[in-house]
Amino acid sequence: MKMSKQFLFTLMTTILLIAMLAACGEQSAQPTPQAEPVQEEPAPEEAVGAEEAAPAEEESSEAGEEIIIQHWYHQYGEDGTFEAAQRYAAEYSEQTPGVTVEVNWVPGDYFAALNAALLTEGGPDVFELQTADIARVKAGQLEPLDSLFEGVQDDFNATALSRVTVDGKIYGVPMIIDPQLVFYRKSALEEAGIEPPQTMDELIAAAAALDTGRVKGLYLGNDLGSASYLLYMSTFAAGTTMLDGNTVAFNTDQNIKMWQKKQELAQSGNLLVGAPTEWWDPSALVDGLAHMQYIGLWATPGMLAAMGDDLGVMPWPAVDDSAQPAVFIGGWNQSINANSPHKQAAMDYVKWLWIENTDIQQDWNLSYGFHVPPRKSAATSADPLKSGPAAEVLQLMDEYGATPSVLWTGAMDSAYIDAHSEVLLNGADPTEMLNQAQTAVQAELDSLLNQ
Amino acid sequence: MAVQNSTYDTANLAQKKNRARRDALSFWIFVGPLVIGLMLFVYIPIVWGFILSFFEARNTVSPTQYVGLTNYIELFKDPRFFDSLVMIIAYSIFIVPVTFALSLGLALLVNSVSRGQGFFRTTFFIPVACSYVIASVVWKMSLFNGLPSGFANNILWWVFGANPVAWINTTDPPLYWIVLVTVRLWLQTGFYMIIFLAGLQEIPHSLYEAAAVDGAERGWKTFRYITFPLLRNTSISVLLLLFIEAVQAFDEFRNILGGGGGTSIAGGTQILARPPLVYLYNVAFQDQNYGRGAAGAFIIAALIVLVTVLQGRILGFGKREY
Repeated sequence: MKMSKQFLFTLMTTILLIAMLAACGEQSAQPTPQAEPVQEEPAPEEAVGAEEAAPAEEESSEAGEEIIIQHWYHQYGEDGTFEAAQRYAAEYSEQTPGVTVEVNWVPGDYFAALNAALLTEGGPDVFELQTADIARVKAGQLEPLDSLFEGVQDDFNATALSRVTVDGKIYGVPMIIDPQLVFYRKSALEEAGIEPPQTMDELIAAAAALDTGRVKGLYLGNDLGSASYLLYMSTFAAGTTMLDGNTVAFNTDQNIKMWQKKQELAQSGNLLVGAPTEWWDPSALVDGLAHMQYIGLWATPGMLAAMGDDLGVMPWPAVDDSAQPAVFIGGWNQSINANSPHKQAAMDYVKWLWIENTDIQQDWNLSYGFHVPPRKSAATSADPLKSGPAAEVLQLMDEYGATPSVLWTGAMDSAYIDAHSEVLLNGADPTEMLNQAQTAVQAELDSLLNQ
Repeated sequence: MAVQNSTYDTANLAQKKNRARRDALSFWIFVGPLVIGLMLFVYIPIVWGFILSFFEARNTVSPTQYVGLTNYIELFKDPRFFDSLVMIIAYSIFIVPVTFALSLGLALLVNSVSRGQGFFRTTFFIPVACSYVIASVVWKMSLFNGLPSGFANNILWWVFGANPVAWINTTDPPLYWIVLVTVRLWLQTGFYMIIFLAGLQEIPHSLYEAAAVDGAERGWKTFRYITFPLLRNTSISVLLLLFIEAVQAFDEFRNILGGGGGTSIAGGTQILARPPLVYLYNVAFQDQNYGRGAAGAFIIAALIVLVTVLQGRILGFGKREY
């Protein structure tokens, strides 16, 4: 009895130790594109001190030693994007001895994962951002990339560059431009005898006229259009921007009116709710759940394939005749981690991929979804963008396109979006909510600029 | 004789010392990993977070810029945090009695079953083992989705002949509460039922027999005068646990109503019912304001401690029952 007890004891101890070692081991990035992102939620206290299971990097910047560059992308919706990203990485790794690029495809909440990783030393070397906002620059997370743009800066779309330029320095390479507008089914509008709406009143009337009960008039997302980009777009369409230098600019009578109109739209019952996918997926329009949908250029291939000539596009209507309609110019940029141990190698990689290699840029922008290549030369020579709704989008983008300033941070977003959601979803008073948002955003801006 | 004895004693003593050392070693081998884990993932982050809450920490978790109580004061002035506090208190006032009554009822029913008690106990307890995230996703995507094919909408159609309803996105009436409350009840009731069952089984049968002799049959009378009073300590512990779990609500709200605004592309439905922990999670991870997020977490912790202590005092937790 004594012997077997000891044996059991030793065995259990060994198993425990092996289990501990296995748990502390490396995790290889084997992402599988998921249909629905499932979000994990550690409590705030836990994550503050949590360790990141960062893939092991052979930390050495000596020539001749193997350098591994971690490249993070968010999960793109279009098929084939993951394989393409890996292909580019493999191509570069092959032609560059001593450097291997590893692609990490992050499903679900990309920014939560990215933000957490950037706090540690094991963060990615190259990653995507939508804007190089000033908070990140001040925290020293982004490497200035001006040297990569020598000689080619003029070829880049000015609005796209403005999203990554802080204090005159460039902190990201624009990779794709995503204009967002409202797409609609032409035949439905013709049947109802209405023109594409130019003002908010016309939009409300159009949504009502197009609501047949079985098919709703307009789809803005299951949250009735509370998401950020539509909010920016409607702010521009109210004739104002969000920030003017270092003061809040969005609390104007016109914007109050715009929020009132949007509240009216949200409460009208003509908006589609409970759709199986969100606004960035064209199925609501394509499957005939709604006649108009807020979505971006990226979904155009699928929409064209399903609707052909029946696809129309228009900018977000102006608040009234005194303002202009708006098109939101979004997009993704590639930035380099200022704390990366392989900065030079990463910069060479990014330069090869996103500045020099125009074939890859066109492939990435046009072969899977439709995005506008940030380089003007690539955009004008791109065949898919020369005709049909895509060409119209480019034209509208040039005429009405706008984007927030780089002073606009995630914290200001939260305050602005929350106030807006209260108005749309909880029926709050737009004046009161805009005042509340102004206070919160101004406080954020002040503390940011005083740092 | 004496020499032999002392040799025997020395040998015995040495053996005992070895034994004690081995016991201590085995204790630490088994408890060690747990203690290390607790230190690394619970205690150190708590202390770190507490220190961080007194610093201005944006986009970083290193305390560099001391600001004293600013984070706490700003949070108290923040209308969104205030809204979330009001919401969670109202939510607790509703959910705690409901879960209490439901789990007590279930425990009484299961206790009264003569055969197959183990089966029923297990059945009601299994949901407790299910992850909150998985249950929330199933509730959102499958049971209460807005499509005609969703489970709840199917019931609406076949039983009431009503059109499909967007359960999560309808604000008037606020149907999303049905989704949120049912998922929590499904996940939690089994656990408290087990606690009540344990409490019920400690009540001596002789009391019921004496009551029967006096003419009181099993039913409301015995429940009111025998069962419930003798469950006092159990009830108080259950109430304490329920309140703590209610104030810490996070998983189902975030997974059913969405991750929220900020530059994430998720939607704004989060605002419909946002508990403090969800708001603080946004503050810390989307707004990247870790100092303020940490401060908020400690405000919530203080709230829980305060209510727990008050509850204990008022309800007399720990006093002997008879």
